[in-house]
Amino acid sequence: MLTIDLSNRVALVTGSSRGIGLATAERLFAAGANVVLNNIAESEELAAAGAKLAAQRADGVAISVGDVGDPEAAKQIVRTAFNRWKRLDILVNNAGILRDNLIGMIPDEDIHSVLATNLVGVIATIQHAARLIARNKNGSIVNISSIIGVRGNRGELVYGASKAGVIGATLSAAKELAPLGVRVNAIAPGFIDTAMTAHLRPEVRAERIASIAMGRIGKPEDVANTVLFLASEYASYVTGQVIGVDGGMLI
Amino acid sequence: MIETRIQKIFATVLELSRDFDFATLRYNEHPDWTSVAHMSIVAGLEMEFDIIMETDDILAMSDYAKAVEIIARYSADN
Repeated sequence: MLTIDLSNRVALVTGSSRGIGLATAERLFAAGANVVLNNIAESEELAAAGAKLAAQRADGVAISVGDVGDPEAAKQIVRTAFNRWKRLDILVNNAGILRDNLIGMIPDEDIHSVLATNLVGVIATIQHAARLIARNKNGSIVNISSIIGVRGNRGELVYGASKAGVIGATLSAAKELAPLGVRVNAIAPGFIDTAMTAHLRPEVRAERIASIAMGRIGKPEDVANTVLFLASEYASYVTGQVIGVDGGMLI
Repeated sequence: MIETRIQKIFATVLELSRDFDFATLRYNEHPDWTSVAHMSIVAGLEMEFDIIMETDDILAMSDYAKAVEIIARYSADN
């Protein structure tokens, strides 16, 4: 029977107190990896996530609180893995925020905060993590982009730009880090059932689901399973790719 | 002792002979100390001394003497 075994590997998942990040951390942990959980601030969700994993394997989880959009904090988040396990094998850049607004009505603060968290955070975390991952000559970085970063969407000028930027960063990092044995890929989720999409009005939600060929909203686990694949040896020759996890969504 | 370990990294990455005068070694002046080699040197030093270097220090490591100064500081911190 084929299995994915990430024993003795260390994974950092940013924005992992809930949603896609939490599902991803749980998948990687279940495959045997030691996991660093991260959230922008202390929260009950983060503490609960840490406690849940620690109950299964107490020495397999660490928590690092910090805003990836702040490069100094991003450095400290990466150092959590180094200080605890002296290594890092898998980086999942998942932390992200969404601020919908039509063009002309976007507050400057939203432009800066969305780009800081969604794009600067990815760049800063890769910059600090890449050499540590490269020490083992075998690692994986997975950046969570979005179907919006590929296709665009009304009301998502900044979010779309940030997620398109994540794809550009992925492609460049993949080329630079491939000789060091580090694969870099992006996932472009479609409409996923998370707190980020929970605020949508029922009619908008129904409209979005109607645009999905598979006829259902995605689950965080759908994305997490793809991260698990990309982090595993089964993806050992996959780098510089953007994989849609969208159920055949049209946008 | 620290210098011996640092010299080993430089010598390996830049393929220097044993009798090379390390005091003359400067980034972008030695033909093999390119930006790519620079990151290999950084990676080698980080592994040798089990440290993670600050970006400012990576950018400031412009010659061999500076490298010794920077690594000595990390070693003192550890």
